[in-house]
Amino acid sequence: MSDEQESMTIIAFSGDLDKLWPTMILSSTAAATGMNVTVFFTFWGLFPLVKEDVRITGKDAMTKMLAGMNAPGFQGAKLSKMNMGGAGRRMMRKVAKKGNLMPPEDLFDICLDMGVNMWPCQMTMDLLGIKPEQMRPNLGAPVGAATALQMMAKSQVSLFI
Amino acid sequence: MEFDVEVDAKNQSCPMPVLLTAKAAKGMAEGQIMYLEATDAGARSDIPAWVTQTGNELVESSEDGGVLKFYIRKK
Repeated sequence: MSDEQESMTIIAFSGDLDKLWPTMILSSTAAATGMNVTVFFTFWGLFPLVKEDVRITGKDAMTKMLAGMNAPGFQGAKLSKMNMGGAGRRMMRKVAKKGNLMPPEDLFDICLDMGVNMWPCQMTMDLLGIKPEQMRPNLGAPVGAATALQMMAKSQVSLFI
Repeated sequence: MEFDVEVDAKNQSCPMPVLLTAKAAKGMAEGQIMYLEATDAGARSDIPAWVTQTGNELVESSEDGGVLKFYIRKK
């Protein structure tokens, strides 16, 4: 291994189930390889971090409506294609289980255990009216684009998923 | 070959074989040998990639009836 620790930064922009999967697989694998890993959750990527028992987030009618269309937590994540009112999502999760692929929420917990930094986007939280107490525990402090960019500039691997 | 730590990653898909290997390696002392079994075909290239990236040593690898077997020396 090189003397300096390598880094990977992922901008998790999508809240889609099929995009959260590679984000979590790559993050856990990079951490297992000794890399310093940071995931910056922004826009639709923020909803999977909302606790599943939080019924609705938002500060006004519009943001509440947006939250209604984006169910909270990893369980709420839809497929980007052929979601079919949730049937596609259920099918995908079944296929994954059959293929011994760990669900993204479990991989997320493994990532946390391995020290992956999970950074929520402060701007998105403000914009959509998502409060810190409505989000999963053990996340990093909310940060902005400049902090994410600073991390990306230092990273050998930077991805936008 | 003798080994100090055994890891069973059979019937587990990517990324679990690598994650289990890394986890086990954490608790090993330098020079100790890990014996790893996996059935995920991706492990054929993933485990050697992990070994190289982390500076450990792949002592031996073989395949037996769909089971990939690796001996890894912790460095």
